[in-house]
Amino acid sequence: MYIEPHAHMVSRTTDDYEKLAIAGCEVLCEPAFWAGFDRSSPAGFFDYFRQLTDYEPKRAAKYGIKHYCWLCINPKEADDPVFAREVMALIPQFLDCPTVLGIGEIGLNKNTRNELAIFEEHVQLAVDRDLPILIHTPHLEDKLKGTRLILESLAGFSKLDRAKVIVDHVEEHTIAQVLDAGYWAGMTLYPHSKCSPNRAIDMLEVYGSERLWMNSACDWGVSDPLAVPRCILEMKKRQHTAAAIEQIVYHNPRKFLSQSPRFV
Amino acid sequence: MPTKKELLDLQFIEARHKLIDLAAFLDRIDRHPGADDFRYAALQAAIPILLSERPDRARGVLDALSDHSHEPIPKAAFQGALGAAQPG
Repeated sequence: MYIEPHAHMVSRTTDDYEKLAIAGCEVLCEPAFWAGFDRSSPAGFFDYFRQLTDYEPKRAAKYGIKHYCWLCINPKEADDPVFAREVMALIPQFLDCPTVLGIGEIGLNKNTRNELAIFEEHVQLAVDRDLPILIHTPHLEDKLKGTRLILESLAGFSKLDRAKVIVDHVEEHTIAQVLDAGYWAGMTLYPHSKCSPNRAIDMLEVYGSERLWMNSACDWGVSDPLAVPRCILEMKKRQHTAAAIEQIVYHNPRKFLSQSPRFV
Repeated sequence: MPTKKELLDLQFIEARHKLIDLAAFLDRIDRHPGADDFRYAALQAAIPILLSERPDRARGVLDALSDHSHEPIPKAAFQGALGAAQPG
C-alpha cells in the first residue's frame, strides 16, 4: 500500500490506473501542470480544471484509487503575465471542490521575471486561503538557480507556514537548502532528467526521511507510473526495513497531505 | 545497511555498464564530424569529479552542470533545458 503524491494522469491511459492499483496505490494526487503543449486560451484551462476536479476522480475510483488534485497555472505557461492572470482568475471557483488540496505545482521553469511574479501571486493566493502549496523546481541546468530564487521569494512571505509547503523535484544539489529552510522536499523518480531510485535512496540515507516524499511525476513524457513501487523494490534490495519503506511511501505523504482538510 | 561488498554484488554490473556507455559516448562524439558545443565541454569538465575523494560527487556533478547566475532573466529564449549551463 502506498500513496503516489505526484502524477499527471490526464496524460496517461486507463491501463495505468489499473497497474497502479495492482501495485498497491491507494491514493494519487495530481498537480496542475503543462500538458505537453501550450494551451491557446484560458478556456483550455477551464476544461483542464474540470478534468482534474471531476473526471479524473471518477476514472481513478473505478480502480479503487482516491484521486486528489492541486490547481494553478504552471510556470511553463506563466511567462505571459496577462494570460496567466486570466487563468488564475478561474481558479477560485474550483477551490471549493471536494478533492482540491491546494495550489500547485507552481514554481519556475526558465527563471524569468514574469514566472517569478506569477509564482508569488499564487503563493499569496495560498496564504490568503491557508492552503498547502506544491512547488515545481526547474529542470536540469536551471534547477539550482530556480530553487534559490524560489526559496528567496518564499522567505519574503511572513505569514507562510513552511510546514505546508513542499518543494518538489529536489536533487543532490538542492535538497539540503530546501530542508534547512524548513520545507518539505519531494524526490521525483523520473528517467534521465530527475532522480533514479538509487539516488533517491541515497538522499534518504544521507538526509533522513522526516520531511521527504517520493513520486513518479508520470506525465506525457517518457516516465514511469510505477516508479514508486520500483523504488520500494530497490529499498528492499538495500535492506531498508518494511517500516522505513512504509514511512516514506505512505505515512510521510499522508502527514503532509493531511494538512488539507479535504484529504481524508 | 548493506556492506560495500554487498553493494558491489548488487550494483557493480550496472555501474560498469553506465561507465562503458559514457566512454562510448565520448568516443562517438570524437568520431563524428562537425563541431561540439558547450555541453561536451561541460561534460568533460565534470568527469574529473568522479575521481575526486569528496563524499558528494553526485552533487558536485550537478553543480558543475548548473547555471550559477543569480538574477531572474527578462525573457526565456525557449521553454526546455539543455542539461548544461551556456557560458556567458
